[in-house]
Amino acid sequence: MKKLNGVRLKHHKSTAKCQTAALPVPDLVTIPMLMNMGAPCNPLVKVGDTVKVGQKIGDTDAFMSVPVHSSVSGIVKSVTDIKLAGGNICKAVTIEPDGEQTVSEEVQPPVINSKEEFVKAVRESGITGLGGAGFPTHIKLNPKGEIDTLVINAAECEPYITSDHRQMLEDPDAVIGGIKTVMKYLSIPNAIIGIENNKPDAISLLSEKTGSDTSITVKTLPASYPQGAEKVLIYNTAGRIVKEGQLPSDQKVIVLNVSTAAQIYYYCQTGMPLIERRLTVDGDIVKNPCNLTVKIGTPVSKVLEYAQCDTEKMNKLILGGPMMGMSAFDLETSIVKGNNAVLAFEKYSEPVVTNCIRCGRCIKACPFNLMPTEMEKAYNRKDVEALKKLKVNLCMNCGCCTYACPAGRKLAETNQLAKALIPRK
Amino acid sequence: MNILTVSPSPHVKDNMSTQRIMLCVIASLLPAVIASGVIFGLRALMLIAVCILSSIIFEAVTRIIMKKEQTIGDLSAVLTGLLLALNLPVTLPFWQAAIGCFTAIVIVKQLFGGLGQNFANPAIVGRIVLMLSFTSNMTTWAVPQYWKENGKEIVTSATPLVTETASYKDLFLGNTGGCLGETCALALLIGGIYLIVRKIISPVTPVAFIGTVALLNLIAGNDVLYQILSGGLILGAFFMATDYVTTPVTPAGKLIFGIGCGIITFLIRQFGSYPEGVSFSILLMNIVTPYIDRFTMTKPIGAVKEAKEK
Repeated sequence: MKKLNGVRLKHHKSTAKCQTAALPVPDLVTIPMLMNMGAPCNPLVKVGDTVKVGQKIGDTDAFMSVPVHSSVSGIVKSVTDIKLAGGNICKAVTIEPDGEQTVSEEVQPPVINSKEEFVKAVRESGITGLGGAGFPTHIKLNPKGEIDTLVINAAECEPYITSDHRQMLEDPDAVIGGIKTVMKYLSIPNAIIGIENNKPDAISLLSEKTGSDTSITVKTLPASYPQGAEKVLIYNTAGRIVKEGQLPSDQKVIVLNVSTAAQIYYYCQTGMPLIERRLTVDGDIVKNPCNLTVKIGTPVSKVLEYAQCDTEKMNKLILGGPMMGMSAFDLETSIVKGNNAVLAFEKYSEPVVTNCIRCGRCIKACPFNLMPTEMEKAYNRKDVEALKKLKVNLCMNCGCCTYACPAGRKLAETNQLAKALIPRK
Repeated sequence: MNILTVSPSPHVKDNMSTQRIMLCVIASLLPAVIASGVIFGLRALMLIAVCILSSIIFEAVTRIIMKKEQTIGDLSAVLTGLLLALNLPVTLPFWQAAIGCFTAIVIVKQLFGGLGQNFANPAIVGRIVLMLSFTSNMTTWAVPQYWKENGKEIVTSATPLVTETASYKDLFLGNTGGCLGETCALALLIGGIYLIVRKIISPVTPVAFIGTVALLNLIAGNDVLYQILSGGLILGAFFMATDYVTTPVTPAGKLIFGIGCGIITFLIRQFGSYPEGVSFSILLMNIVTPYIDRFTMTKPIGAVKEAKEK
């Protein structure tokens, strides 16, 4: 089987040995109503309401949606529009915690007897993919056809981030419990846990824990970016190609992030919805790089403060990994369900953009053999037919082309703009 | 607090830049530069200096006149000047060399929009223009280390491609008449291998180019090794036919390009009235590069052919 292209990155996984600490409950949380790919929720609370931990505070009837729960107990201070890091504007509920962290009566372990009840329970848990993209997990777990393989994404190929790694080391039983739960209710016979070879301790721990169970295998993958991209991972674990326009389920595969699987397990055991998450704090001006569990809605500034980051000197703040994460422009941005890292840098400079020299490095870097340089030229002349022929829609914005370009061209960005030119069917 | 930079992902970049690529290629040509100094003396090094300096000046002045940002920092002008110099005989008058640089930098490169926009290899066109303009000067070859024989007088000889009398050892070490940089195969191979190891160039083009020349000469019953080692084949195959801008981007395209260069070189050497065909072959293949690119587009993984609309 042909090896897919990619780039070799410096790992910077210095937090891999950092035991996860809990960030104290902040004095104010702002919980956005849109933390998933799809539709935003409508707030279910109003100013002055008292809310408890795990209480549902936002929901909607839209198909692509996930309810939102309060991460603290306290009083609702405001329900206003905020701007998210990605630029979207949505409603957000600001809550002043009372410090009691009283758990809501709504939090009860779900009663599940069928696949339908399981999918419904996963939706109620507020779980979205914890790897970053925020795809609603219950939709993923409700495929049309039969599934024969559950692929668990534990590649964690982005530099710096070790939150999935810590999940595996600190609570491997929850990971395996989550996998078994999904396999049971969706009648999936096999599961493959894909882990990059730069996490040997996690590989040996999970191999040991799944040793007697032949339905779950741990697959060691080379540490090469973008190993954890969904289609790349399916290719490298199950050996299948998800074709243009297909979903993984069309190839009888479902991919779940390893922390998402653990979260499903926690919810099934306790009924506590997704109200906090593990994330990595790192970067060249972070004095105390660490892994933290943070309540959803906590401002980034509190996370940086805990990690002793000198925000005065900061030039670049990234939510997520350096390859696919988002630049933040506001320290009061809330931590959302998909934030697996907060990275702060003093040393940062935008590359100078010069002419394309046709070196072909972008083509050699693209996991799907696309031709970013040709797509850029086609985009510049607004040639929709050429863009279609070049299959720009297959671009997953992994960023390998931009990373590799010696002329500093923003190829991945151009691909996204080019995709928008193509009319949707 | 500083202003935070907001930009689309990715937020990191590897450390390869256009300038570093050019620097690597320049470094890879240093063995050939040293060899030219040893073989053809001080004037060879002066000719190289004249070409590099005039290329930089032509580029800088053109950019100023065209009111565009300065680009001499990318070192591509240095490389073009160096490559052109290595394609010239040591006896060429400096002013003629400067005309070659003018052609290369101003006409071929800058008038088409600068680095990355030119369709033909600037150094190759510079050489061809000099070849056609000053044919006798461009085909006068100094005897290696001529000063040893007759004091300061430059002694000339025919290219070994014509005489066919040089030994393999002389050809390999560059102890024959020829252009500054083309005679010493050893120095060129060191540089070429360095570029392949550093992954600056793909081995596909030089292997296809030299391999095709070897194969065709074998069929024609010529002395294969002599044909490979003499003339500008190794210089052209490793350093000119691998120019990013003017050659195909995909490995399949590079293979076609190399084979095409090999065939044309053989045909000119075998049947043409010029003794050497490397420059012409590369220029002709430069011209068809956009077509090669079109026919050798990569096949995206997972792509589905669009159903024909009814």
